[in-house]
Amino acid sequence: MSTISSSLFDVNHLDALSNQTTCIHRLDPRVKLLATVVFIVSIMSLDRYQISALMPFAIYPIFLIALGNLPFKYLLRKVLLAAPFAFLIGIWNPFLDSNVSFHIGPVGISGGWLSFASIMIRFALTVFTVLALIATTGFNAVCMALERLGVPRGFVVQLLFLYRYIFVLTEEAGRMARARSLRSFDGKGMGIRVFGSMIGNLLLRTLDRAQRIHIAMLSRGFDGEIRLAYPLKVNRRDILFLSGWTALFILLRLFNLPYLLGDMFSGLAK
Amino acid sequence: MHMADALISPAVGGAMLAATAGMVLHGAKKLKEDMDDRVVPLMGVLGAFIFAAQMINFTIPATGSSGHIGGGMILAVLLGSNAAFLVMASVLTIQTLFFADGGLLALGCNIINLAFFSCFMAYPLIYKKIAGKDPNRNRILIGSIAASIASLQMGAFGVVLETWLSGVSEIPFTSFLLLMQPIHLAIGIVEGLVTAAVVTFVWKARPEILELTGSSASIRSTSMKKVLVGFAVFAAVIGGTLSWFASANPDGLEWSIYRAAGKEELKAPETRLHALFAKIQEKAAFLPGYSFKGNDSVKSDGKEVRVESGKDEAWGSVNAGTSLSGLIGGATTLLLAFFIGWFLRKLQNRS
Repeated sequence: MSTISSSLFDVNHLDALSNQTTCIHRLDPRVKLLATVVFIVSIMSLDRYQISALMPFAIYPIFLIALGNLPFKYLLRKVLLAAPFAFLIGIWNPFLDSNVSFHIGPVGISGGWLSFASIMIRFALTVFTVLALIATTGFNAVCMALERLGVPRGFVVQLLFLYRYIFVLTEEAGRMARARSLRSFDGKGMGIRVFGSMIGNLLLRTLDRAQRIHIAMLSRGFDGEIRLAYPLKVNRRDILFLSGWTALFILLRLFNLPYLLGDMFSGLAK
Repeated sequence: MHMADALISPAVGGAMLAATAGMVLHGAKKLKEDMDDRVVPLMGVLGAFIFAAQMINFTIPATGSSGHIGGGMILAVLLGSNAAFLVMASVLTIQTLFFADGGLLALGCNIINLAFFSCFMAYPLIYKKIAGKDPNRNRILIGSIAASIASLQMGAFGVVLETWLSGVSEIPFTSFLLLMQPIHLAIGIVEGLVTAAVVTFVWKARPEILELTGSSASIRSTSMKKVLVGFAVFAAVIGGTLSWFASANPDGLEWSIYRAAGKEELKAPETRLHALFAKIQEKAAFLPGYSFKGNDSVKSDGKEVRVESGKDEAWGSVNAGTSLSGLIGGATTLLLAFFIGWFLRKLQNRS
């Protein structure tokens, strides 16, 4: 039950964050989406033992979070909540690949631990960035960007509709789940039978609601086509943002900056 | 079982995304051609319904733990293949963006695993065949369970295949398969029971809703052919890729049984294990993702990288980037990045 209200709170909270007006929020949603895709592809294409080369990529999510005025701790909590699957898949690496690949003093580090650490760092970077994208852009703007980038309108309309009704239906589901748990003693009635008819009832109400919505839409002149109005316009700042970040990602992908830097340091020490 | 960006290679993510994009395009076009405008609000609201239903937990029989539904099969029964697929895809997109379940590039994988198999394979080929045009309680039950098991088995297989082709995780194909399939057999049975419960409820309360999708035969017969052709192409591509690997891992099953017997923990299988991986690795180097070997950072600085002797080149790819210089440099860059972030935030707050 607490999970229902807290996930609703999450969606609400991200939605509220996306209503700010920082310089990041004002950017065209398309350039943010494209830059994020280039970012993710650059990270994913790195060698799987790579750790140091991943580090400089952190600048992009940090940039978005800092300038977009986003709460770091809140995003961190969301990233940690999503971590178990990547963790469960990655944690096998240290056991399966026990080749010692290099030493720090007397301690040998195996390739498995390296690739495991690499997976978790990639995970953190990509998830932070996607959350920062939605929190600086908002869902409606992302949908418009998708439509402009060639995603079929039918699917975009579906996304917008779904988003609109998540709030309504999740609140209703939350009330039903609360009512069920208040009437349940000793875990009775929490099984599949009650769940089935409960969800069935929710479904029937949902279908009725869909019908009312359809009638309302018809009476407002709906003809099966939804027209989206977009005030999207790319200006110089947007182009600068996209080209600048894309160039940086490609540069960071091709050259291991931290390694060159570390080499310089150790060269100086000698 | 949402795949994350961190676990897949760009080649796998990109291929799956392209396949999904084709299916979404096709689905959206078909819907526009065939369906009446009632379906638009219906799909949106049912997507929200699945979303809400996924959040209500129930007690799983015989275990006492609690779980939630996936919902792909319920949608398919209510809406038919095409619309259900679009709805599931939209639900997965929102989960990626707001709950970090999955990832932008992994979205294609997730849509294939969780939406394609249930809506385009299990529903038309299994559920429809069993439940038929004139369903009754038992047919719905058997059809739901069989179709749910099948779709989750295919989905789990998809996860294993995608993980393995990506080569980010070390888990061997067969062991992962032996781990995933039985778990998803259990999940499939539960999902089937829940699907049957919901569908039976709707069937008793409002039988006309099920007739709506059951009767629209023309839509299915035309779209199914194209979908099957698409799937054949998909299978051919995957099969072609697989044949790269087939010779690399002839004794996979034998090996995993040996491993599962588990008497000698890590010592004995080590050489075999590594020989095996080295072979897979060699083959996998054909895939983009870790074939970018032209990097200037790969070689150089032999002092600090003590690559163990006797390993072949593929394993030697643990490279200079992970050497001490790399670590120092990495830590410095990260600190620098945080410092820039702190500075930008300060600047932001002042203005």
